[in-house]
Amino acid sequence: MNDKLYRFLLTAAALAVPIVCGGVVYALVTDAYAAFEHFGFLKFLTSSEWSYTEGAEQYGALPFITGTLMTTALALLFCIPFSLPVALFVGEYFKGTKVASVLATVTDLLAGIPSIIYGLWGFYTLRPLIMALNISPQGSGILTASLVLAIMIIPYAASLSAEFIKMVPNDLKEGAYSLGATRAEVIRRVVFPVAGSGIFSSYILAIGRALGETMTVTMLIGNTNNIPESITSTGNSMASIIANQFGEADGLRLSSLIAIGLVLFLITAIINLIGKVMIKRARIA
Amino acid sequence: MKKIFSTVMTLVLALAMVSCGGASKDGGRKAQELSGAGATFPLPFYNVVFEHFAEVNGDVVAYGGIGSGGGVRNLRDKIVDFAGSDAFLTDKEMAEMDAVIHVPTCMGAVVLAYNLDGVNSLNLSGELIADIFAGEVKMWNDERIAALNPGVTLPAEAIIPVFRSDGSGTTFVFTDYLTKVSPMWKEKFGAGKSVNFPVGQAAKGNPGVAGVVKQTKNAIGYVGSEYAFAQKIPYATLQNQRGELVEPTAASISAAASGTIPADTRCSITNADAAGAYPISTFTWMIIYKEQHYADRSKAQAMATLDLLKYILSDEAQHITSEVHYAPLPAKAKELSMANLKAVTYDGVEILN
Repeated sequence: MNDKLYRFLLTAAALAVPIVCGGVVYALVTDAYAAFEHFGFLKFLTSSEWSYTEGAEQYGALPFITGTLMTTALALLFCIPFSLPVALFVGEYFKGTKVASVLATVTDLLAGIPSIIYGLWGFYTLRPLIMALNISPQGSGILTASLVLAIMIIPYAASLSAEFIKMVPNDLKEGAYSLGATRAEVIRRVVFPVAGSGIFSSYILAIGRALGETMTVTMLIGNTNNIPESITSTGNSMASIIANQFGEADGLRLSSLIAIGLVLFLITAIINLIGKVMIKRARIA
Repeated sequence: MKKIFSTVMTLVLALAMVSCGGASKDGGRKAQELSGAGATFPLPFYNVVFEHFAEVNGDVVAYGGIGSGGGVRNLRDKIVDFAGSDAFLTDKEMAEMDAVIHVPTCMGAVVLAYNLDGVNSLNLSGELIADIFAGEVKMWNDERIAALNPGVTLPAEAIIPVFRSDGSGTTFVFTDYLTKVSPMWKEKFGAGKSVNFPVGQAAKGNPGVAGVVKQTKNAIGYVGSEYAFAQKIPYATLQNQRGELVEPTAASISAAASGTIPADTRCSITNADAAGAYPISTFTWMIIYKEQHYADRSKAQAMATLDLLKYILSDEAQHITSEVHYAPLPAKAKELSMANLKAVTYDGVEILN
């Protein structure tokens, strides 16, 4: 009797999660439908017009898709030179030492800082710096948002990469050393090829994190509904346009915002799926 | 065990007594908790008024500064007692919802706050502001700006316009003004709570715009006057329709409302043709449903809502306006509003009669 009840509770609790997830997708699709129907799915994704003029409303997601892709790509670019060394330091060079565990803990701490705090730091410290260096006159923009995003995703990329680097079998490395390889050669010829797909997947997961980041980006990107002309221009990401405008939106505009949310959800889901598949492969290998 | 139980019960009883105890002064109805949402523009005024109102009447008011657009939406969803808005509802918006009443609460100015090294006073005209926000006047040392500001050394730097990223009554008032003074603006951008500004950067809420202007050299942005005062950001003196250079003061804002006011108080007073009028002045409204019985609201709640509005229209509350850099309502607006409030009903019965 007790066992049956247990089993029932367990199944119910486990089923609740996919049901909630399915419900979210269902709600997004039904609410986004009006926008897709009115503008056409492809037209919605490729139009760069975001105009509220009553009677001639035009909503297209291209500026925000561009903004999201630009900030994410730049954040990834900026994050690699910091996260990869940390991963090698923790997973290979100083593996198992006290220094490494302190460094790993500190890096993981970065992941625990709420995004609003990154936003504040970006707004009051980084933005004036960017203005002072004459990189852009208004300080906020794609570049500023990307720099802070990069710091935010370092722990995600670094700690998972370090795990995969640690997992490289010792006999492989010892074999290389016995053939006279230097440490740098071992890393390049043995560690990277073996841990490669694992490291790749950790960056994929970091991308997934950067894509949906809202608060920090909203505070730093400048919130203009244009396709950014350069990396120093202002723009809007998919997450930030929703955060900025959901409050008063209704009708077609609300549906368009939800449609953007759906597209963001799909992109994030696909990216995460790729990451998961890659991790699985890495583990088998 | 018994002891714990009795302690808990005593506590529960005590709490129950406390929460029922707040009888208000008039009519003996229980103290209510009112909730409203909307414009951030009058928020500094409302904060003071609601505090006084709670002291005088015992009713607590929670007001969320989420922007006029959001406030009106909450009212339409019937989840608030009143909405705050700097833009009156259009005829189309009114047709889409149940009958509402607009009650002006005070008048205020939208100021052009700027951040320029070594410049302490700046004169601007309406057309110039339109061209700056349209991206046609790009540099601070543009000869048209220089012509209005003899003796001021303007930097050779790009102008960074700052505007609102969320739907905003302040944006409506500002663009309503620009539409009146610039045919170019009217044709290209128009007036609205959200407008596609072509240049510059955006921030959320009046505090957001004020913050960005304060933090960004060579920026200029439009904010409710109190936000510029509070953050000590300098703001421009504007040329009004009669060609006078006017600063936003209680007197110059009041001067803008010297014209006729329609019975439902829905009117724009930007670019007013009056001596000494500050050109970007506006009423700010609280909007309530004419029929107060909706979404499980009690009659006491409806009465509390009306008490709040009556209190705001009272001399006591209107006196506060100038302390926080707004302007008191003209007598005519108060008169019309009192008459409008008499038409408010609960279950079809007028509440105030």
